[in-house]
Amino acid sequence: MDQVPVLWLTAGLSCDGDSIAMTAATQPSLEDLVLGAFPGVPRVRFHHPVLAYEVGDEFVAGFEAAAAGELGPFILVVEGSIPDESGNTEGCWAGFGTDPATGQPIPTTTWIDRLTSQAWAVMAVGTCAAYGGIHGMAGNPTGAMGLADYLGWDWRSKSGLPIVNLPGCPIQPDNCTETLLYLLRQLVGAAPPIPLDHVYRPRWLFGQTLHEGCDRAGYYEQGDFAGEYGSPKCIVKLGCWGPVVDCNVGKRGWMNGIGGCANVGGTCIGCTMPGFPDKFQPFLDEPPGAKMSSSAVLLYGRTVRALRNVTRASMNVEPEWRGGLPKGLQTPGIPSPTAVAAADPDEG
Amino acid sequence: MSDTGPHIVDKTWDPITRIVGSLGIHARIDFRERRVIRCHSTSSIFRGYSVFMRGKDPRDAHQITSRICGICGDNHATASVYAQNMAYGIKPPRLAEWIINLAEAAEYMFDHNLYQENLVGVDFSERMVRETNPGVLAVAETAEAPHAEIHGYRTIADIMRAFNPMQGALYMEALKMSRLTREMFCLMEGRHVHPSMLYPGGVGTVPTVQLFNDYLIRLVRYAEHIKRMVPLHDDLFDFLYAAMPGYEEVGRRRVLLGSWGSFQNPDTCDFRYDHMASWGRDMFVTPGIVVDGELVTTDLVEINLGIRILLGSSFYDDWADGETFVTHDPLGNPVDQRHPWNQTTVPRPQARDLGGNYTWVMSPRWVDPRTGEHLALDTGGGPLARLWVTALAGRVTTPYVTGGHGSVKIRLPRSAQLPETEFEWQIPQWSNTLERDRARTYFQAYSAAMAFHFLEQAMAEVNAGRLDVWTPFEVPEEAVSCGFHEAVRGMLSHHMVIRDGRIANYHPYPPTCWNASPRDSFGTAGPYEDAVEGSPIFEENGPDTFKGIDVMRTVRSFDPCLPCGVHLYLGRGKVRELHHGPTFDR
Repeated sequence: MDQVPVLWLTAGLSCDGDSIAMTAATQPSLEDLVLGAFPGVPRVRFHHPVLAYEVGDEFVAGFEAAAAGELGPFILVVEGSIPDESGNTEGCWAGFGTDPATGQPIPTTTWIDRLTSQAWAVMAVGTCAAYGGIHGMAGNPTGAMGLADYLGWDWRSKSGLPIVNLPGCPIQPDNCTETLLYLLRQLVGAAPPIPLDHVYRPRWLFGQTLHEGCDRAGYYEQGDFAGEYGSPKCIVKLGCWGPVVDCNVGKRGWMNGIGGCANVGGTCIGCTMPGFPDKFQPFLDEPPGAKMSSSAVLLYGRTVRALRNVTRASMNVEPEWRGGLPKGLQTPGIPSPTAVAAADPDEG
Repeated sequence: MSDTGPHIVDKTWDPITRIVGSLGIHARIDFRERRVIRCHSTSSIFRGYSVFMRGKDPRDAHQITSRICGICGDNHATASVYAQNMAYGIKPPRLAEWIINLAEAAEYMFDHNLYQENLVGVDFSERMVRETNPGVLAVAETAEAPHAEIHGYRTIADIMRAFNPMQGALYMEALKMSRLTREMFCLMEGRHVHPSMLYPGGVGTVPTVQLFNDYLIRLVRYAEHIKRMVPLHDDLFDFLYAAMPGYEEVGRRRVLLGSWGSFQNPDTCDFRYDHMASWGRDMFVTPGIVVDGELVTTDLVEINLGIRILLGSSFYDDWADGETFVTHDPLGNPVDQRHPWNQTTVPRPQARDLGGNYTWVMSPRWVDPRTGEHLALDTGGGPLARLWVTALAGRVTTPYVTGGHGSVKIRLPRSAQLPETEFEWQIPQWSNTLERDRARTYFQAYSAAMAFHFLEQAMAEVNAGRLDVWTPFEVPEEAVSCGFHEAVRGMLSHHMVIRDGRIANYHPYPPTCWNASPRDSFGTAGPYEDAVEGSPIFEENGPDTFKGIDVMRTVRSFDPCLPCGVHLYLGRGKVRELHHGPTFDR
């Protein structure tokens, strides 16, 4: 098998942010997948509205062929949440292409029905497609929901796979292309079925919390919390949900190892979670649970920090036989835990 | 012009690809006159932001509205933060504003680059031109590129080959540049496209020496790239005018351009509404409206009060008798019931009816105070309006960019391979397809040049030890506010009303709402339709192999971003009408 079609449907209620994110990936990159950079792995043939050379009917032809079962094994990627069309007697919330017979848009849900029944595997990319996301917020008249809520959580693809959910708002770029790479290897028999957790996220990507991989977790351990934005310390008291959110961005950064959320100073708002966004709002308030746990860590953390500062100060002085402290410098003070707290403008 | 006969053909392209979001174009073409007779643009997704934002905590507004758009979400987040700053009565520290400007400059560099070279560029690629205009390609093969020694492509056909998707050198280079510039964005605001470090009151970014160094090393690489791209695109577009005489009429419309201004100047911007006319004029891209070549205003208050949201063809209940949230602005000026502050969005899904309502898209217009005319402004894809206003206003004066006397001068410092370079963008003769595209390349250079300025300002703050990047605030019980900004593809406004500490009304108006708008209650067509209708056809194919390349180039010249355009709409559908000639759609 030389080439695998990947049909990417952006016609849910989406912002196309996951498509754009995918073009930012470097591990692997879009062109790695398209040009066939990996031995034994088929190339990807994208049918993607943001990238396609073809326009209109020429572009839709690939989707028609797939729905008719004429394309061979393909991967369907769904981006955007799925609207509830059941209340509409005419018109639709979301459509893709024009029905030549009626001149009306073809509802996205019709495409999903036709394509999911033929797909070798289905990826729901972005939190909207996975769990409903921002458009699933309370009060939306469209009734937006995730793909598994639409198809049913017991739905299985032709190859027996559940929906592969890749949440993130948008998806971390490499998480997206890397999962595609995994599925390609599985398709040619070079990898076992993709390991998924109970809400169908790849385990190796979503098995840890943001906090467990966060650059700033050391500050949390030492009970050292930022009181204002712009501080390098742990920002859990500013509203960060990282300790309870399944996400690898704290460790992986946003792209090419750069940026991210809590690791660089942006509070985690839980965008990879099925409970996003409603359960995390208002985003700028300290999570209720964090009040207790961050208080509990204070005594231990400040003590440890003080003791470490003693040792750190000592290690910053050369051994005596090499001269010890340079002439004219004072012996570094040994701060007590209370002195550390008093001297720290972020505390309190 | 006869509207019947075998030479009259209806063509539908749905979806339009290589844009962001869902857009269809339905055109009636006269193949004898080689001209588009009619055009309708459609989009088919409704998401409902203005509905579900009611009652939410105003502090969440930037995080929610960022999700309107997946390519320029940070523009929304920024406009929302500007509106929140006004509502909460705060002025962020200077360093925070420089950091936000650096992020937004990176966004322009990234987005214009990806869109221009990877999406629009394909329309000018050798593969496309071979299929649509083989005669033009033949000429291009022997046409020497005037700036070959700078950009490295000997002939115009070599440039076209460089745009071939997933093969051409320029296509591949642009993909890498789009990542480099997004890394610059992530340095300043954490994540692209929905930023994690942007807040009302400032940013969460830690302003270290390393942060600005990391940005600088990427900026100089991009500057080197854009020094080659500006002459390359000049060569390409100048060639097309010469190879297809009359091409200036493609996508041409009356000069009706709006820019809402970009890059705040922290020396004067305090986000107070009553000072807005003054600090708005100090932005590093000037806000303003150009009508028939004349600069009508640069006053953001006047711009604000002139905005009207019209119905006429849309699937919504009218709100003329609805609640009036804001009778007067904070300066005491009366506010119209059709202003975004007073809009009530009540969607009403229904079948398309040509004799009545046929679209979810509303029609934003701006009332010209001199004539009372409701103008269907466009953004020129963003850069054309920004450069045009800045060139006429003469308000931007920095070491790297100056505007005035009908031109914008852009100076990029020496880089590793190329010397210091000055570009001058001059107001073109037309608001048309190729000038929208040309401006896009120049504005990338503009953004890079301004980034050098912002970087110097930011590093000066750091060197002086002024490291604050955030100002605390409290949410008031009642507030009325607005944020004006330039999304990548043009004018962007966010209007907010707070009551009892919650959002009572919130309406974002992004560029594509203006550009993709339908005929309004006065019968005035929206900019896409207006630009395509009457446009000549230069494609060499007949009706049976017609690709519509001139129409595609025109629509894409506006940089359509339908997630923005349809954040509360579902677009208009195909107009069902008698086909007077054979259709070749199927």
